[in-house]
Amino acid sequence: MQQTTLLSDPYNVIITGVGGQGNVMASRVLGNMLSEQGFEVTIGETFGASQRGGSVMSHLRISRQTAWSPQIPKAKAHVVVALEPIEALRVLMVFGNPRTRVLCNTRPIQPVAVICGDAAYPDGTEIRRAIGELTSDARFVDATDAAVRLGNPILGNIMMIGALAAMGGLPIGRADFKVVISRTMDADKVTANLAAYDMGVDMIGAKEQ
Amino acid sequence: MSILIEGKSGTRHLLMGNEAIARGALEAGVHVAAGYPGTPSSEIIESLAKVCGPRNLYVEWSVNEKVAMEVAAAASFAGLRSLCVMKQNGVNVASDFLLHLAGSGTRAGMVIVPCDDPGALSSANEGESRHFARLVEIPLLEPGDFQQAKDMIKWAFALSEQIRNPVMVRSVTRLSHASGNVVFGDLPAVDAEAYFKHDGPALDPLQGVMLSYPVALKHRGQQEKLQQAVSLFEQSPFNTYEGPENPELLVITSSACCLYSTEAIHLLGLEERVGLLKLTTTWPLPPQLMENYLARTDKILVVEEVIRFLENEVKVLAAELAPRIGIKTFFGKKDGLLPTVGELNPDLVAGALARIFKMDYEPVAATYAAQAAEMAAKAPGRDLTFCPGCPHRASFWTIHNVLEMDNRQGFVCGDIGCYSLAMLPSGFSTLKTLHAMGSGAGLASGFGKLKAFGMDQPAVAVSGDSTFFHAVLPALVNAVHQQSDITLIVLDNSGTAMTGFQPHPGRPVDAAGNPAPQIDIASVCEAIGARVRTCDPFDLERTERTLLEMLADTPGVKVLVLKQICALSPEKKAKKMFEMRLDESICLGENCGCNRLCTRIFKCPGLNWDAAAGVARIDEVICAGCGVCASICPAGAISKKEVA
Repeated sequence: MQQTTLLSDPYNVIITGVGGQGNVMASRVLGNMLSEQGFEVTIGETFGASQRGGSVMSHLRISRQTAWSPQIPKAKAHVVVALEPIEALRVLMVFGNPRTRVLCNTRPIQPVAVICGDAAYPDGTEIRRAIGELTSDARFVDATDAAVRLGNPILGNIMMIGALAAMGGLPIGRADFKVVISRTMDADKVTANLAAYDMGVDMIGAKEQ
Repeated sequence: MSILIEGKSGTRHLLMGNEAIARGALEAGVHVAAGYPGTPSSEIIESLAKVCGPRNLYVEWSVNEKVAMEVAAAASFAGLRSLCVMKQNGVNVASDFLLHLAGSGTRAGMVIVPCDDPGALSSANEGESRHFARLVEIPLLEPGDFQQAKDMIKWAFALSEQIRNPVMVRSVTRLSHASGNVVFGDLPAVDAEAYFKHDGPALDPLQGVMLSYPVALKHRGQQEKLQQAVSLFEQSPFNTYEGPENPELLVITSSACCLYSTEAIHLLGLEERVGLLKLTTTWPLPPQLMENYLARTDKILVVEEVIRFLENEVKVLAAELAPRIGIKTFFGKKDGLLPTVGELNPDLVAGALARIFKMDYEPVAATYAAQAAEMAAKAPGRDLTFCPGCPHRASFWTIHNVLEMDNRQGFVCGDIGCYSLAMLPSGFSTLKTLHAMGSGAGLASGFGKLKAFGMDQPAVAVSGDSTFFHAVLPALVNAVHQQSDITLIVLDNSGTAMTGFQPHPGRPVDAAGNPAPQIDIASVCEAIGARVRTCDPFDLERTERTLLEMLADTPGVKVLVLKQICALSPEKKAKKMFEMRLDESICLGENCGCNRLCTRIFKCPGLNWDAAAGVARIDEVICAGCGVCASICPAGAISKKEVA
């Protein structure tokens, strides 16, 4: 049975990543999936420099009552969805708490400082351990690699939505996704997006209803 | 088709603040909308452009904000409701006309929507439009949530028609670029007729001439209109109060700060002790309404962005009302409780409340915060950079190298667009000045006249294609006429790329996507009298040679147009020009002597340095296939193959 209530009101989700990863689109899709069911959804996002290699963050507030601040207060994130690993660390520093859950894509996008050799990108296992220590539940998925196999790396964001739904905690399911994606996209793209969503669900390994 | 016109009255939709503003204008029966692109305002005009056919709308991306306001005013004079949209500093550009418009008055409702950017999330300033409303004496409205963003636009049109003057509705990034649920109202019929009546009695506001003259008479009339607005503000349904009858503290706030303040009061559990007055009619303040709430308590906190505006207005009013309401203690920005720089958020407001109430506010245990900070410190920062395949990286590579070769300490005056990033290392720190739209050419025009004082450094300016038309043209005309010695480089990437590829006069389409006459930048420059050359910036060798020649050429105004479409342009459909390959057996890494030119200096995100293997690599997921790095590698390790 798909969950119909919120574990907390407002329930706070952060989707973070790097410009060009489809962060804003993911937050819109997730927001619409929840709005469709009558929830009051507020999304705050910073995307002025989103295509220029900067960190991008969307804040989603989900409530039965009212609109909340488009900026989540410090330490109040319930779930962090990171399209890029070190962005998860950055977000946890400000918005995390010991009960925060994390869904993290493993594919790094090297900052310019790393490309030019001024800084080192932390080792993958070190990132996993750090995120694990800071949270109550951390899941790591190879969404970008799977999306490349599916034919388009940008579909990584949709895979993350599928994985998020499969993690539980949010009242969302495949039917909600299909309604929203069908309204905004052409039929051929809907098929690819549904495939990406399903792959995301499978990555978490849970049977979704 | 857009949800903005498909959505039926009474239905509820998740809208971006800018879409809510656009829907509000549609519900008000707007017929003309004009603006100049600028984050965070651009989606308002874009949303309206998508529905211009079915809603009988004329929508244009004007050449600049002043012209946009004139276009909107013309519609108002001719009896059509009009909307004018811009980012905060666009109001500076339009303000000369606005001052006179506020004097002449308007006819059909005219609403001006500036979108401010507290915190400068997408700006080179955090200037404010609110001060212009007071400066030119027109009513100022500030919606406090998404529903109000829609509803107050409709109300603003009615207000404008009641007082026959423009009304400003100020938004901010956290409303314009945030999303929330909005319930739709009715859309009116779409028929409309324009006619400019100008031959009635001269001073008749609906039939005479539209002038700010005679000034004293018009100015007095304008102030009477403001008083009329104030009396309507007293009854406005959009100003709301939550909290106890007599709170220990009254919080007065507006705009996105309404949401921050609500959240902060909730975070500290102060609902029974703090009153929250969410003001939406912020200038001029309605005195009776203010007296009613100010009289309820002795302590007042004003929460607003960015510099003091509301706080000062409330203090003046409280001083005038003091004999009736007593002496108040104020908290806010003057006392340093809230910052006067940057945007606010729920935590900053909660921090201020906690200090006033002498409470502890610790969002998370100090041990967790310390541990999280320690781990996040290992995450390297993400400096902004040009996109993979961006023509600007190639352009600035050449500009920077040529100025070094020229060896006269030449410099580049920057301008506003993606290419402003060339002030950073990702653009080889090439820009040495950065101010307003068009200021690069204007400053260069000035520098280029300083030879008489012994200055022989070459003055170079850069401009984007949209910026060229917006404000560079007058500076270029000035440079030619004054016989200044400058080189202007137009970085023409075929669209207003930074804000989402809105068309401009150099493009063959208009805002609605219809064919439009295209004005050629090179021809315009030639007509003015500049010497013009054109290159493809991806052709590094030819661009370098050309720019060197131009700098060494006889004095005068020279223009180099570097034409290459933006890597993200929808016209490119993400198609690669080249398949790039890096031969690891040829790359000599640290032993090459190139000092890792590709990854350390050029540093396109499509290139990676594999420290373990000691070679550069191409990241297939990120590479846009522009081919430029093949020309950079001295060892010839990078090759390109044209994509069929």
